[in-house]
Amino acid sequence: MNWSWQAAVESLPLLLKGLLVTVELTLLGSVLAYLLGLALAVLRRARIPVLSQAIWLFVEFVRSTPLLIQVFVLFWLLPSLTGFKMSAFVSGVVALGLHYASYTAEVYRAGIDAVPKGQWEAAVALNLPRAHVWRAVILPQAIPRVLPALGNYTISMFKETPLLLSIGVLDVLYQAKAVGAETFRVVEPYTMAGVLFLLVSLPASILVRRLERRRAHSA
Amino acid sequence: MSNVPHIVTSVLSGLTATVEAALGGIALTVVLSLVAGLALLSPSRLVRGIARVYVEIFRGTSEVVQLFWLFFVLPVLVGFQLVPLFAGIMVLGLNHGAYGAEVVRGAVRSVPKAQYEGAIALNLSPAQRMFRVLLPQAFVEMLPPFNNLFIQLLKSTALLSFISAGEIAEQGELLRPVFGADLGWIYATELVLYLLLAILITIGMRALERSAARRLGRTPPARAKVFASAGGAG
Repeated sequence: MNWSWQAAVESLPLLLKGLLVTVELTLLGSVLAYLLGLALAVLRRARIPVLSQAIWLFVEFVRSTPLLIQVFVLFWLLPSLTGFKMSAFVSGVVALGLHYASYTAEVYRAGIDAVPKGQWEAAVALNLPRAHVWRAVILPQAIPRVLPALGNYTISMFKETPLLLSIGVLDVLYQAKAVGAETFRVVEPYTMAGVLFLLVSLPASILVRRLERRRAHSA
Repeated sequence: MSNVPHIVTSVLSGLTATVEAALGGIALTVVLSLVAGLALLSPSRLVRGIARVYVEIFRGTSEVVQLFWLFFVLPVLVGFQLVPLFAGIMVLGLNHGAYGAEVVRGAVRSVPKAQYEGAIALNLSPAQRMFRVLLPQAFVEMLPPFNNLFIQLLKSTALLSFISAGEIAEQGELLRPVFGADLGWIYATELVLYLLLAILITIGMRALERSAARRLGRTPPARAKVFASAGGAG
């Protein structure tokens, strides 16, 4: 056992810089996953032949295959096929957003299904336009219900971002690796990286749990 | 096109390691889930506390960080290096076991309270209560979340490419510098393999679910047969 507090403290500035990148990736990825998942859920619900099945297939495919390979496809394959190259950071955000959209689509679907049927019928009886029904009646009831589940996926995403170091995104773990290569001490940077993850994700889970409990009480 | 057979066989050469990692990880996950899940329900505060610390540490940190820690840090601390595949199985099991522990705890607690009271009235010992009455009923409830968890675990085996465990994702990355023009084939092969393995897991779990439900005299709920679409990521 040779833990050095000095090495641990010295690794912190770089690690915190990496943590900032990790948090940015998570937040941007979440926004993409929330919006895209909602679009997928609403589109699937419209029951347009072929499109509906295509969405189903896409969702099942994305959620059954590893995020890492999807990252490689976006970062290595896409440019060679289309000539359109994204930076490692943008590839990471898009991959996280797409992957988690396949989860959030299911979450929204459950939330939409939980809206009582009478709400749909009343909207039809009032002759409201379809878009208006979604915007003013269904989604305002469906989305608050699913917020805790969406929050949990954001926390999962946060913990999956380190795999983006494989395409050179400068996240916490990448920085820990860099510190290790420079100082020849691996124990402190990797341990501190783990501690940083705990320090962010534990309070975040407590927050989501509290949100869950509040929803349970108000419902 | 002439490179395709070579690419497919090269990627396929990683299949053994992926399957070993997944099966080993699943076995460890099941054991740890049961042990930690029952520990979370223990009347002893100390046992509950230890299980809680394990669950929170492994659920609160990143799986990739855990992998790096076990593979790069542990050797420095204890003085010996783990074989990559073994280290990978350890991390897969420890990480998903922490999620599985919550599944086990939740399933046992969801068994109707009357069952527990009935077992007490029949003068069954605490062990008999748990293993003869509560767990067999909780078992059916656990299967769908465990199905999702195992697919999550299968997908995580790709992370073992970081420690050179020789599985599918790593075999594909070894090809990339040479067969840059055939990247599509490399990734298509990998994705299809993972998809097939995920479907195999779901089919197996569905069969298990049906037989477990039948043993309890219940009819299992109808569900899509191929894909596991209930919960999701940890």
